[in-house]
Amino acid sequence: MNITEKILARASGKSTVSPGDVVFVSVDKVMIHDVSGPGVIAVFEKLKKAGMKIDHIWDPQKVWVTEDHFVPAADKVSAQNVVLLTNFTKQFGITKHFKYGMGQYGICHTLSHEEAMVLPGEVYVGGDSHTNTTGAMGAFAAGLGHTDVAYVLLNGKIWFKVPETLYFKINGTLPSHVMAKDLILKIIGDIGTDGAAYKTMQFGGSGISEMSVEERLTLTNMTTEAGAKSGIIEPDQKTRDYLAERGVTKYNEVHGDPDARYEKIFEYEASELEPTVAKPFSPENISVARDLSSVELDKAYIGSCTGAKLEDLRAVAKILKGRQVKIRTEVLPAAISIFKKAMDEGLLKIFMDAGVVVGPPTCGACCGAHMGVLAKDEVCVSTTNRNFPGRMGHVESKTYLASPLVAAASAVTGKITDPRDLK
Amino acid sequence: MEPFKKIKSIATPLDKVNVDTDQIIPKQFLKLIQKTGFGQYLFYDWRYEKDFTQKRDFVLNNPKFKNSKILLARDNFGCGSSREHAVWALLDYGFRAIISTSFADIFYNNCFKNGVLPIKVSAKLLQQLFEATSEIEIDLDKQTITSDKLSISFEIEPHWKKILLEGLDDIAVTLQHENSISNYEKLQAESKFKIS
Repeated sequence: MNITEKILARASGKSTVSPGDVVFVSVDKVMIHDVSGPGVIAVFEKLKKAGMKIDHIWDPQKVWVTEDHFVPAADKVSAQNVVLLTNFTKQFGITKHFKYGMGQYGICHTLSHEEAMVLPGEVYVGGDSHTNTTGAMGAFAAGLGHTDVAYVLLNGKIWFKVPETLYFKINGTLPSHVMAKDLILKIIGDIGTDGAAYKTMQFGGSGISEMSVEERLTLTNMTTEAGAKSGIIEPDQKTRDYLAERGVTKYNEVHGDPDARYEKIFEYEASELEPTVAKPFSPENISVARDLSSVELDKAYIGSCTGAKLEDLRAVAKILKGRQVKIRTEVLPAAISIFKKAMDEGLLKIFMDAGVVVGPPTCGACCGAHMGVLAKDEVCVSTTNRNFPGRMGHVESKTYLASPLVAAASAVTGKITDPRDLK
Repeated sequence: MEPFKKIKSIATPLDKVNVDTDQIIPKQFLKLIQKTGFGQYLFYDWRYEKDFTQKRDFVLNNPKFKNSKILLARDNFGCGSSREHAVWALLDYGFRAIISTSFADIFYNNCFKNGVLPIKVSAKLLQQLFEATSEIEIDLDKQTITSDKLSISFEIEPHWKKILLEGLDDIAVTLQHENSISNYEKLQAESKFKIS
């Protein structure tokens, strides 16, 4: 069995499972945020009206909650939703509530690894499609709809059809101008936005062993954009070190067997990868950055769970140090802990000196919520993960998805720019 | 949840691939927390001009498809964000069934939780449905789609079929086992007590 099959077998109490089997698994962790939380509460309300008594949930210790999509409160309704969420966590005794503006807070998928909320070998589900992200820690991580999350909150279990696994073997080390974002955009361009529908995308090979944990998280984050059920990477020493830095050393790692089966194996040579950009209006609509050097931009957005981790900010700072941005540029670190580290390392000063606006941790404009959304016909280069029509604002705005290096280089020139071409 | 047995209606042909949930229900409506009332915002950017008047060339605004209960769409319908609001909006608008060659996974599951039937058919059959001009009937019990010219059978997992036919959602299915759950909880509580 491969790692995904072994995790699902363990969690369903079976000695072996195969792709296509339907298994009823015990969930280790579940996450809701300020969009899915109110959705789940709506499901609870409906059940109560139908006569069901809901005075407790399955296990408040295994549930964690974030405020990230519409914070700082974008308007009255968003503010009300946060109150609703707070009342909910109080009522059911959920203590791991990362409240905006209090202690640690930030984007759910970032806190999942930054706070070591999800550990290798676990089954983790969340009320958000990018829950896949945390599979980079060696867990089975998948997004669910509100009704399914409500079900897990009440019962601690959920069924899955064991997915087939597509294995992406990356050989060699990524060149210094290439980031994980370029690799995953290339892969999505190759297999399409439904290329992994109801499948697991697993990444391995020397390119992954060499890659940092944060960069790996960019790969699994965007498996969602290929329609994947989950994305996963086997834990290794880098995973262990990352968790140890966060004070966690006890967990049950799961690894695939030597004869693990994969539906298909794709191989990529890291040295052949180029800075890659997804053009409007789909993550599969890719092009090498150099071919887009005539695209004029109005804005650069550096934020989100996939593009504002500490290493993403370091990459941006590497480009912006001693330079000025030519277009409106925003940097929104993905969690307040990352914001502080960026401050300690002097990155924020580099950003401010370059003329960048630094904002608070929030999903912000990535989902078009607030904090710099786009006007009609505005063109943006963004380190986020989706560029559907209207995703970041007006339905006639345009978003080009790119790595932090490309986004920063483009901010300097005002056009889409390969970092190698920056003078 | 309203049981799904048979529906008969003209089908609305939405000739687009990779329709994502941002298009089905844009982000500005996600803040609403009740499950109803989303229908008026369905396909908001495609359906309305800035002043909320209807765009004439969008298929939902064609009077011919008013009161349609069946939506036809091309490959990979429902991709993108996991927002269940997408299904709530389709249902609230009046769609009870969606026919496509393929659906994004989370969206597909969300449909059954809300009494909406997603049907997968081959590209060839979908094309025939797109070309059909008369009403079509979907019979879930028989697993058929029929019109005056067509007769198609479709596959569905028995579990999903049962819950749609009976109008149960997953939670209602679980509640059918409420006695055994309570007994189990009782035993668990007692055993904890003994250990401490």
